[in-house]
Amino acid sequence: MQILYFAWVRQKVGLAEERLEPPAEVRDVEGLMRWLAGRSPGHAAAFAQADQIRAAVNQEFCGRGQPVAAGDEVAFFPPVTGG
Amino acid sequence: MPTIRVQEAAIDLGRESAALSAGRADVGGIASFLGLCRADDGIAALVLEHYPGMTERALAAIAAEAEARWPLTGCTVVHRVGRILPGEPIVLVLAASAHRAAALEACAFLIDWLKTRAPFWKREEFADGRERWVEARAGDDAAAARWRNAAPG
Repeated sequence: MQILYFAWVRQKVGLAEERLEPPAEVRDVEGLMRWLAGRSPGHAAAFAQADQIRAAVNQEFCGRGQPVAAGDEVAFFPPVTGG
Repeated sequence: MPTIRVQEAAIDLGRESAALSAGRADVGGIASFLGLCRADDGIAALVLEHYPGMTERALAAIAAEAEARWPLTGCTVVHRVGRILPGEPIVLVLAASAHRAAALEACAFLIDWLKTRAPFWKREEFADGRERWVEARAGDDAAAARWRNAAPG
């Protein structure tokens, strides 16, 4: 699974992207966020503000209940501010 | 086909506008929105980050929605990324149609949806080295929401 981080989520995690194989009990975006939060102090700091983080699976915006599986591209970022 | 571009280079409104009417005589009007970088709170620059791949898909989906809702002869979305100075354009949206109502409405729709549905993030840089991520505004969500049930023009 390819995990991408943008904006302050990237800065707090300290990585722009990483390739990971989450355990089988990680089935959706919510579960993935909880699992990622335990990976490092940077991850923990980023996901401590979970209510300010949005997600996309395979480049489509999605909610926390969106299923995730091996091979997916999952991105985490703050609410968008373009335009 | 809409023109969708994400670029570091400056935006040329005249050239982009001319491209929508070149070689055709069925375009009655072109509505434009050019978003500029303001010097709010004395910022020195804005730094625009995006999600390569998803950005282009999201912008294409927004443009396709505009073309489905209004009878457009064409539309253009050009968004800059990287470092942008106060006074410089950040984003250009153009909508062309035989008649003004469709062009004007589609142009407003495009920028409203772009603000809430395209993966861009702005960071403000200050002269003293401080930086701050721009927060999303509830007003942008409200502006986008007003098009949720809008019928084609």
